[in-house]
Amino acid sequence: MSDYLLLFRGGDGKNLRQSPDKWQAHMAKWMQWMGELNTQGKFVGAQPLSETGKLVTGSKKVVSDGPFMEGKEMVGGYLICKADDFTEAVDISKGCPILEFDNGVVEIREIQSM
Amino acid sequence: MVAVLTKIFGPENFETAEDVVQETLLQAMQVWKLKGIPQNPSAWLFQVARNKAIDVVRKNKYSTQFDFNDSERKLLTSEYTLNMTMEILWKEEHMEDELLQMMFACCHPGLSAENQITLILKTLCGFSTAEIAKAFLTSEDVVSKRLYRTKEFFRQNKIRFAIPSRDQLASRVDAVLNSIYLLFNEGYNSTHHEKLIRKELIEEAIALCRLLAENQHTQLPQVFALQALMLFHAARLESRISAEGEIILLDQQDRSSWDRELIAEGNAFMNRAAVGGEVSIYHIEAAIAYEHCIASSVASTNWKRILDYYDWLCRIAPSAITELNRVVAIMQVDGPLTALKLIDHIQDQKKLEGYYLLNSLLGEIHFRLKDSKKAKVYFEKAMEQTQSEAEKKLIKKKIKNLSP
Repeated sequence: MSDYLLLFRGGDGKNLRQSPDKWQAHMAKWMQWMGELNTQGKFVGAQPLSETGKLVTGSKKVVSDGPFMEGKEMVGGYLICKADDFTEAVDISKGCPILEFDNGVVEIREIQSM
Repeated sequence: MVAVLTKIFGPENFETAEDVVQETLLQAMQVWKLKGIPQNPSAWLFQVARNKAIDVVRKNKYSTQFDFNDSERKLLTSEYTLNMTMEILWKEEHMEDELLQMMFACCHPGLSAENQITLILKTLCGFSTAEIAKAFLTSEDVVSKRLYRTKEFFRQNKIRFAIPSRDQLASRVDAVLNSIYLLFNEGYNSTHHEKLIRKELIEEAIALCRLLAENQHTQLPQVFALQALMLFHAARLESRISAEGEIILLDQQDRSSWDRELIAEGNAFMNRAAVGGEVSIYHIEAAIAYEHCIASSVASTNWKRILDYYDWLCRIAPSAITELNRVVAIMQVDGPLTALKLIDHIQDQKKLEGYYLLNSLLGEIHFRLKDSKKAKVYFEKAMEQTQSEAEKKLIKKKIKNLSP
């Protein structure tokens, strides 16, 4: 059993927010997904991220606005969960509501012990 | 509302829950004054309190004072799920269960009886610290300390809100009933207050017991029996005290002023309590109270049956005070001489020595034996021992009535 970080990219949150009903229905799916993980004791934490950000780069610590990526590449949120192996982490990810969108991507990374 | 919030924040943070309720009410007063009362005031209050609760959770999700690790509250820590989890916790069908869970948390066996009652009054009955201090004739400082110790107890032992499992339920319910009965008794016969009867405490005790009687988890015979008992006593409340605040003894009470409706309601609870073979002390005490309620005078009271009940009570829950009450019944059935002999046989008599009722009863017995001298000695002792002004007045009257 180890911890896995799931990064969510893509989706179409901006459009969904235009309609409160649709937004509510969509969020209910996230609730459902995380709720199930939680009852199984596999939920560790999760947060959505806002679109604006800053970048600090290199030894000179250059600060710039960013990341100005295309919506589908932008990390929109993360979740940390417990899973036996990658197979299970993949199975968990398949339930993520971001995958209702064709441009939705879940990137799964195992958290490394150092 | 406090119960729901306490569930959300954890029992150790019940003060934060109270703060949120306070702020909500304050905001209501300010906004309603300007804009008028909204169509659905309680929905408005819930909405505001829920938003404030969300702010508190956001601010404290990594705080060491808060612990969101149990599965029901874990999802409060994620922005993805915070709103909806909050909504689920606020659902009305959960409210009653939460009150009940709160009651069980308040009556945790690890807390002393006085801490339990203090917490019940604070969180479930909405008493202020000052009001609790007044109710128990102690300082606000003492009450605050009690609450602080309780909070620490919750934190250190990680007490969670829950209705106990089936095998624990009965014993935990008994602890809750015990606290409710203590609260009731403090209202019915205030030990240290200038007013003998504290109606507000009696009403709270009956309301709390009603909650238990209405919730499917706790519809147990002993719950119904306690409710019956308290209703029988409450029915006779008005006749116990004169307009001047003096105690009126049973034989002088105006029985027509007894509340027939409360007696009938108590009787209905008695019938519900009769299910199952288990007999609790509340069953028997309610039966005794019922005998008093249906008798038309002291003389026509079925003292023989009452004595049987006391015999029973002494068997299942022997205590010096119960035995003392049994002696009163014996005095009615077999006369003062038999009663006097029996007093010597009470075990644990030492425990009673500082108790004014023993001396007041001894005074009464000697009065009936026409030994005024001895009666006076005992009455005077009793008067020194009681802290209640009304009791003192009553005993003074009795001394006056002694023939020289």
